[in-house]
Order: sequence, then structure tokens, then C-alpha cells
Amino acid sequence: MNAETKKDGITVLLNGSEVKSDHGMTVLELARKCGVYIPTLCHDPHLKPVGSCRLCVVEDGKSGALLASCVTPVAPGMVIDTESEKVLEARRLIVELLLSVHPDSCIVCDKGNLCRLRKIASELGIEETGLAKLRRYRPIESANPFIERDLSKCILCGKCIRGCREIEVTGAIDYAYRGFDSMPATPMDRPLDSSECEFCGLCVSLCPVGALSDKPGRYMGRPKESVPTVCPYCGSGCNINLELRDNVIVGVSPVTAHPVNRLSLCVKGRYGYDFPNSPDRLKTPLIRKDGKLVEAAWEEAIGLAARRLSRIKEQYGSDSLAIVGSLRCTNEDNYLIQKFSRAVVGTNNIDTMARLSSAPALETLETIFGFGAMSNSIEDIGEAGAIFVIGAQPTESLTALGREIKRAVKFNGAKLIVADPRTTKLARFADVHLKIRPGTDVALVNALMNVILSEGLAGRDPPEDIHGILRRYTPEHAGEITGADAEEIRRAAILYGGASRASIVFGTGIMQQTSATDCVSALANLALLTGNIGKRGGGITPVAAKNNLQGAWDMGLSPERLPGYQRLKDPAVGKKFEQQWGVTLPQGRGLTLMEMFEAAGEGKLKAMYVMGANPVKGCPDRAHVMDALGALDFLVVQDVFMNKTAEMADLVLPATGFAEKNGTFTSTERRVQRIRKALNPPETAMPDWRIITRLSAEMGYPMSYESPEDVMKEVALLTPIYGGISYERLKCGGLQWPCPDKNHLGTAVLYEEDPGKGSFRAVEYSPPAEMPDKEYPFVLIGGSSLYHSGTGTMSRRAGALGAFFSGGFVQINPTDAEKLKVSDRSPLRLTSRRGSLTVDARVTGSVPPGVLFMPMPSDINILTGMETDTASKRPAVKACAVNIKPVETKT
Amino acid sequence: MKSTGKKQQTTQDRLNSILSPYRGRGDAVISVLQEIQGEFGWVFPEAIEQVADALKVFPSEVYGVATFYAQFHLKPMGRHTIQLCTNVVCSLFGSEYLLRILKTRYGLEVGGTSPDGRFSLVVMECIGSCDSAPAMLVNNDYHNNLNAENIVEILKRYE
Repeated sequence: MNAETKKDGITVLLNGSEVKSDHGMTVLELARKCGVYIPTLCHDPHLKPVGSCRLCVVEDGKSGALLASCVTPVAPGMVIDTESEKVLEARRLIVELLLSVHPDSCIVCDKGNLCRLRKIASELGIEETGLAKLRRYRPIESANPFIERDLSKCILCGKCIRGCREIEVTGAIDYAYRGFDSMPATPMDRPLDSSECEFCGLCVSLCPVGALSDKPGRYMGRPKESVPTVCPYCGSGCNINLELRDNVIVGVSPVTAHPVNRLSLCVKGRYGYDFPNSPDRLKTPLIRKDGKLVEAAWEEAIGLAARRLSRIKEQYGSDSLAIVGSLRCTNEDNYLIQKFSRAVVGTNNIDTMARLSSAPALETLETIFGFGAMSNSIEDIGEAGAIFVIGAQPTESLTALGREIKRAVKFNGAKLIVADPRTTKLARFADVHLKIRPGTDVALVNALMNVILSEGLAGRDPPEDIHGILRRYTPEHAGEITGADAEEIRRAAILYGGASRASIVFGTGIMQQTSATDCVSALANLALLTGNIGKRGGGITPVAAKNNLQGAWDMGLSPERLPGYQRLKDPAVGKKFEQQWGVTLPQGRGLTLMEMFEAAGEGKLKAMYVMGANPVKGCPDRAHVMDALGALDFLVVQDVFMNKTAEMADLVLPATGFAEKNGTFTSTERRVQRIRKALNPPETAMPDWRIITRLSAEMGYPMSYESPEDVMKEVALLTPIYGGISYERLKCGGLQWPCPDKNHLGTAVLYEEDPGKGSFRAVEYSPPAEMPDKEYPFVLIGGSSLYHSGTGTMSRRAGALGAFFSGGFVQINPTDAEKLKVSDRSPLRLTSRRGSLTVDARVTGSVPPGVLFMPMPSDINILTGMETDTASKRPAVKACAVNIKPVETKT
Repeated sequence: MKSTGKKQQTTQDRLNSILSPYRGRGDAVISVLQEIQGEFGWVFPEAIEQVADALKVFPSEVYGVATFYAQFHLKPMGRHTIQLCTNVVCSLFGSEYLLRILKTRYGLEVGGTSPDGRFSLVVMECIGSCDSAPAMLVNNDYHNNLNAENIVEILKRYE
């Protein structure tokens, strides 16, 4: 083929008219491009074409052959007829054959008019089929709360199988059996809930007939409108359409044009949507009177808050008050609570629950590279040659990232190294799985660098002091500390160091230990050493598991930072804010979250204002936190639901949830995206930003915002990295900061202009604060669950999620279980130095001996401790030493 | 309890030695399943997961292969497997009658195993022996021109 035709494309005759096709196009793609309709059942543009349903046949005018257009590439000079009598006859026969084994239950089928088979049958003019009806009875599987399977309706198009494998890389189902008995099945024909199925619901959305259907939202009628917004669960930032009918969400579908989620959502995003209609929503303000919370009007509530807060400020000074912002609320809400703290109350005592998870990571990354955020984007991990996942469960806690990692491994040949004490879902895809002891990560990472240096794989030479330290961390030495095999460590190092692009992903397993700052520094060293900063497929990713954790961090909810990582200490920055706000900014670093509880316990802190957070449930050492909150003179909680912290409050203010307000969330990959109001809030609940402006006005500092959009204008004005962000620019996919001006298209990969950025910081391994000993011989680690998010405030109220997985169990190795005479599903008493609780045991080989694992949401914080990481002031909530005892049950 | 632990250990060792040359070889599912069936007499459910992990494919894919081919048995089999053809020609020449004999004489149901664990019976598609029907395979041995008498004689050779 000469260059001329390559450039011009291919000319063919389609239904008698001459059309041009691009190279590599299939006949089906060409027809669709030209607006010619060809029916299909097994085809989906997001899946590899297989040509199995044969419904898309077209006639080749020259040979008269029928070609499956979805798998036939366009060739020069083709003469294609898509509607010839021969074609129509073939299609009719195929559909009649399908109908002959299809139940006539259309009238009660929830697929209704969306059924492709029914639609195509009617297009082809098929009435009753003349073929003998064959029955293929299959039991309806309906035990799980998400998906109903009626395989008697299955037409074997295989879309569910291909979607599960190609898009989700879960592979829960495949064709099983043969001929007439063929069907999609899990291994051993187990029900979905005891298979690998993660209930992402992709198969349901791909199914052209009623064989698979969503259980939530069934028989609730078709949606009347659809509002695009952002999923409220994890930090992936998936865009969803809320399908509405009369102020009720009846379904959720993905915004398929979105670059991160495309066709996919996870089980929380797709099925966990009914919590806004939960009966225990806060509907009116509540004021504590005679020890009880009683309903009150907004005027009274705001008046009370203003009076009490002002009086405490006058009496004890601004720093006797503290504010906790939200990882769930919008950027606008958080910006305003931060402004309220600094401009109205006059204190830097502001922090968030991120102190417990991402603070060390983000601060360390900021110190080393300049920004406390994921360096790259979720999408470009597909270009990595090697991926190193340490102490993270992205498949559960940041599902879009988990999916991209699995795709990179399965389809792009990326090598995967997983370092985790447990056999996580991702560990099954790993080339090397390093089962390290909890808290020994620094030793492992140093050993990886040791090998990379000795093998000559380093991209640059580290300073001599680093060299000196790394020399001591031979794989053998690290093997002794971590319990991993020295040869495996060597293999992992060569895989990571040998790849031209290698990516690091770390999660709460790293961030929630006392040596977190050191761990992150070591990982940064590793990325710097191999030159993996500032390029696609490289970089370093902290797994942030909350929808707007990044946004809260960006908005300056920190005792020492103003919005956009601007330092309080910088006089020019201070002046800019003071001019805009018309106040004098408080000086000096404020209290971190844990310091607030300490100060409250000591009587130095008199009042706290908690917005969209639940420290009693989420902070370690629950007893200590409750004592501290109990010692306050005045506690205000502003939230969507009643929670354990709100139960202790003097004043509870009802806020609106994500579906009831406008604003923006910033996802973990720095993507600023619009959320939109879809529902009317219950009774008098108000958006957080409006509550803050009302309270602020009552306290003598009016804020003149008409809408969240006005707030974002101010954010853009004062925050260089958000400088170019405005609502009219935030279309599907939003903008990734830094976006300094209104013509800037956002930044997918940080530090691209300056890949040499960042400096090494020598770190040594130090043992975890709390090691197992004779009295407390087990290490208990907490972690995420696919079915819940955070403390479960939203997910536990979502009917289907709550019904399927309530958390509240602890995993134990079979060897330990046998030794201690613990049987599966029997109650177990866990005791740490701080408290004890009873949960059910799950005996499984996925945890190593000596380690216990408890998924969130759980009451693990009764057991965990307050020892704080010295640099980032955060406690080790991830692991603690415990002993266990089976609980005698009366039979 | 101890003895079963030991037995499981050896099963695991036997399985590991089958799997180890194939690690990471997603194209070897059929060969591995054949070896497992050769070693254990059937493809037991736990093996499916382990084959998948070793070959880096999904367990569902292994199950798909195992159920597609009639040669793989997902139930424990007797010491000897009888595969009798019941396609048109063999049926015309009396394979249905042979099925009845196998049932009355050995207690063999189609897809089942005799109570003494000696034989399992699988009905299979044409084995290319229409000229000398009816025909069957016992394990890997081929027997044709079967009738009510000689089938009993033949089976005497398999204890």
C-alpha cells in the first residue's frame, strides 16, 4: 500500500454511496460513522470485538459472502450492503433462534423497553417465531443485595465476561460448559457472593437483555431526569449520573465520557446511593437542653453558637477555640470554614481527620518535591513498566487506580511488586509479593535501593551520607528485619530499577505508622534514585481514600498552611490574605487534631467546631477522645447524620449531603470537579457554606457570597494553583491543578519541567512504637473494605452495602487459630493496652501468623494508640499489639 | 486431625510438582489439567484456584476449560473410567442396551461411579468407530464390536 492511500484513507462503496474510511477501521465502525444503522448484540465499543452474535452481518457485494462487520476491517474497493435481503434473512434467523430459547416473560422483565433483543426483533419485523420453543430452565440467583441473575434469559453475547475481564480485570466469570448448556459461570458455579465478584455492576450495564439486573432501584420506575456529579466515596473522582424520580435517587450510572471511570464504577458508587434518603438524617438544628438534644429553629441555633463562641473567644482568647474541617465536604465549604477559623475566630487551630491518614505523606511529599499530592494521574500508570505497591489496597480503597494497575499488569505487561503482610487482592496479580512484617517498610525500601545501586540501575548518584546508610541495608539484612526472602527482595529491586518507567503507590499501611514520615522519605528517595519523577508512568502516589481529602488539604485546613500550600510565615502571602479578608491573620502554628484533644483534656481548649467529621469513631484511643470532648465548654457539630461525636455536642447543625448542593471536589489526582444539586434536602438542612456565612455574619463578620461559585472565585484569586479554575471551565473531567490562569489546561503530571526536583533525605529503619510482646503477642492491623468507606457514615446507611457487609470481624491465620482453639465465625475478645472489644473471627490464610486484620468500618480505635509520629504529629492508628481470647458461648 | 494434615501436605506437594514447570504459562491450562487428572483421577475444586494462581489466569477461565472438555472430570472417579459412545450408529447397534447392562450389573448410572469405586461411566460423542459399533474407551484402551457378552468379559480385565 503506498503512502498516498495511507494518508487519504480507503474508499469503499457503502449501500451504493462512496465513502472514505480511516485505516484500521472495521466495517461496523465505518457504518456507524456514516450514520448507517447495523444491529448488534455482542458488540460494545469499549470491548474487543469478538463477532460472536453474527447479527452485524453485512453482504460483501463482490463475493456475496456475509461478513460479521464488527470484526471485518475495511479493505480498499469493498462493496458493502448492510440491508440486502440476504442480510436481513440471516439476521432474522439469528434472532428467531435466540427467541426460541428465550422466556416470554417480557411483561415482568425489569429490562423493559431497554431490552436490545426485543428492540432488534421488532425492527426486523419478527412476530412469533415458527421455531419450536426449547426451555433452558435456570434458577434465578438473587441472594446478594446487588445483582440478580436469571440466566434463562442469557443470550451468551459474552459482554459480561469480557467486561469483567477486559475492563475490571476481575475475571469473576467465564463461559462454562458447552453447546446448549453454555453459560457464564463463576468457578464451581458458586453464587456471586462467594466468588471473586466485586459487584461493580458493569456486567449489568453491559447486559443487552434481562439476564442481569440491578436489585436496588428495581421496580421503582424509570428515572425522569439525570444529574451529572461526582461520586462521594473515594478519592478516584469518578463522575456519576444520579438517576432521579420525584426527589429520590433510583439509580446511578457512570459518566462514560469521563477519563478516569469511563464505563466503570465500584460497588459503593453504583449501589451505595440511597443514604441521602436515610431516615436518620439530621433535619433541624438540635440544642442540648437539660442534657438532651432537642429540636430548635435556625435563628435560635445560630444565635446560640455565635453567643457562646464569641464569649469564649473574649474570655479565654482565640486560641481556646479549635475547628475540624471535613474530608467529605466541598472545597467551598472547607475554604469557608478555614476562613471562619482565621478571620472570624482568629485562630490557626484548624485541622482535619487527614491528620490520621495522609498528613505525613502529603507533608513529606511537599517538603521534598513542592506539592503534597499525587505526582501523576491515575490514567498514566498504564504506561509504567513496573509498579511498586506498598502498604496499600487500591483495589478496595481507590478502585479506579486499582483497576488501572490490574490493567497495566494484565494487558500492558507491567511488572507488579506488592509489599504487604497480607495476601491482598492485588497480591494475586503480583510478580513479587513481599510479605513483610508490619512496620518494617523502611528497611525494605532501603534494601531495594541497595540492590539498585549495586546492580548499577540507579539513574543518578545519591549523596554520600545516603550511600553510607544504604550500604548497610543488604537484602539479607533487610530480610532478617522484614521477614521477606532476600532473593525476592533482590528480584523486586531489579524489576523496579530495571523498568524505564516505574511507579510507586503507597497507602495507609505506610501513612498510618509512627515512622510514616521516614517511610515516605524512603519511597521518595527510591523514585529520585531511579529518575522516576516528572514523567508519565512514573511518580509517587499516596492512596487517599476520601472523596475530598485532597481538596481539604488544598484549602488550607492545616494549622500551618493557607490555601494552596501557601505558608503562614510568608509575609507576602499573609498580606494578600489580610487585604482580601480585611483582618489581621493569627500568627504561629495552630494545634493539630491530636493536640486539640490533648489541650481540651488539659482544659486549655474550651470550644470545638466540628464540620463533617466523626473523631469519636475515627480517631485512635476512643476513650481519650471522648474524655477530651466531654471536657469542652462548648461543642458544635455540623453534619448530615447523627453520629457518635454529634451525640456529645451542645449544638448540632443539619447540613446537606453531596447530592443536595453545588460545589467542587478535588480528587486524589488533583482533579477539581463540579458536584451538582440533584435533590432537595430534608426539612431545614442547609448547605455547609451557607451555615458558615450565617454564623459568621452573626458574629460580626458578614461574608457576601451568593453561591459556592462566588466562593470559588475568591479561592482562585488567592490560590495560585487554583488560579485558572472557574465553574464555567469545569466541564466533564474538570481541571487538574496546578492551573495558574484561565487559559491553562491543567497539569496531568507534576514536575515535568523539572524532573531533577526533590532532594534525598537519609532515613534509617526504626522499630514500630508498639511491638508485640509476651503480654500482647499479636499485631492488629486495620484496613479498607471494598464495601465501606471511612467510618461508614454513608456506606452503612446505604441499604445494599450495609446488608451485604457489616464489617466487624477480624482475620486470623489458621495456625494461630488452631493454637488458640479459635474456630471460624466464633467470637473473639481482643485486648490492647488501651481497651478491648469482641468481634467474630474469620480464619484465613490471607493473613500471616502473628498478624490480625480488621477491615473498616470497625471499632478498632478502641484498641489503637495515640503515639504520634514526631514530624507530622499524627498517631499510629494502623497497627497495635493485642492479645486474643476466644469468648465462651453458651449453647 | 494430624493424619489428614499430613495427607493434605502430600496432596499439596504432588500438586506443586505438577504446577511448578508451568508457572506464569497461561497457555498451558489444558496440559496442567490433564496432568492433575492423571495424578489424582479428577480435577478437584481446590486445584482450579491453584492452577489459576500458578498460571496467572483467572480461576473462572480454568473452570471454563475444565467444563468445556468432556475429558475432564470435576467429580471423583472410579478406578477405571468407561466412556461409551451413544451417537446414532452406536445407538442403532445397541449401546442403549449396554447402558442397561452396566446399570444392572455394576450399579453404574451415566455420570456416576459404581458403589465399589471400581468404574465410572461417561457417555461420550462419536469416537470414530461407526464401522464397528458400538464402541467404548476404558481408560485409554479402545474396544469395539461390543455386545452383552463381550463387554462383561472385557471389563473383567479392569479390577
